[in-house]
Amino acid sequence: MAPDTKHLEVTLDTHVESVNLAEEMCLRVAEAAGFAEDECYRIGMSVREGVINAFHYGNQEKPDKKIHLGIDLTGEKMVIHVMDEGKGFRLSDVPDPLAEENLLSTSGRGIFLMRSFMDEFDVVPGRTGGAEIIMSKKLPLPKSASGNGNLRPSNSDATPHQEA
Amino acid sequence: MPALYATTREVGIIALVDLSGRIALGEGSALLRKTIRDLLDSGNNKILLNLGDVNYIDSSGIGELVSGFTAVRSRGGELKLLHLTKKVHDLLQITKLFTVFDVYSDEPTAVRSFQ
Repeated sequence: MAPDTKHLEVTLDTHVESVNLAEEMCLRVAEAAGFAEDECYRIGMSVREGVINAFHYGNQEKPDKKIHLGIDLTGEKMVIHVMDEGKGFRLSDVPDPLAEENLLSTSGRGIFLMRSFMDEFDVVPGRTGGAEIIMSKKLPLPKSASGNGNLRPSNSDATPHQEA
Repeated sequence: MPALYATTREVGIIALVDLSGRIALGEGSALLRKTIRDLLDSGNNKILLNLGDVNYIDSSGIGELVSGFTAVRSRGGELKLLHLTKKVHDLLQITKLFTVFDVYSDEPTAVRSFQ
């Protein structure tokens, strides 16, 4: 991890309330990092979907398993990790919810929403043996170079930040 | 985070359900499921969901809308949507469900569409 990265980590129970808790926690971090309301909504929704995925598909709602949520704030982006204790899965095995035959499916849209709402998205094998969702959103341009006590890593206040 | 609230009123031959809050995993999705199931069990199969005060739907809520749509249709009825907020509209658009649901922006037109 880069020295200027700020890291938060929390272990959540496999419980439906953990979905709301994870969303609220990430929303607060995103707001403090300076994301606008629309971007916060997309980040919150993506975290929600990641934790729903871990709760339902990964841990299969088994209360003895845990959900591991991590947030990294680098100078450039907010990175979110959601790891379950299930058996893992491959993205290529996830059905396309936009395919005609899946449009009336009552589930299977979470991965699609995370991919749509975040800048980067991937699923890798986690250290617990389950799946680890890694997704990120590029930080907004800072409003001023003076810093305002937010959660941005300190060196990002001193370095001009430009869109690619 | 606010829960979901549902109030049903009869408008002619249809059941119009005014929803407010979040349709999300947990109580919100469960309440929507129960509301639609209760309407079907009591013989109402023309259902209009007013989503004007629904500011948030997650994938679980989307699944519940689709489930309600197919359940009503399997009973020979129709389930339609009224007054989508921008967020819900955008969500139905990117998931291609805008092409599945009948969506209306004014109540009289929506009600007449069931005749």
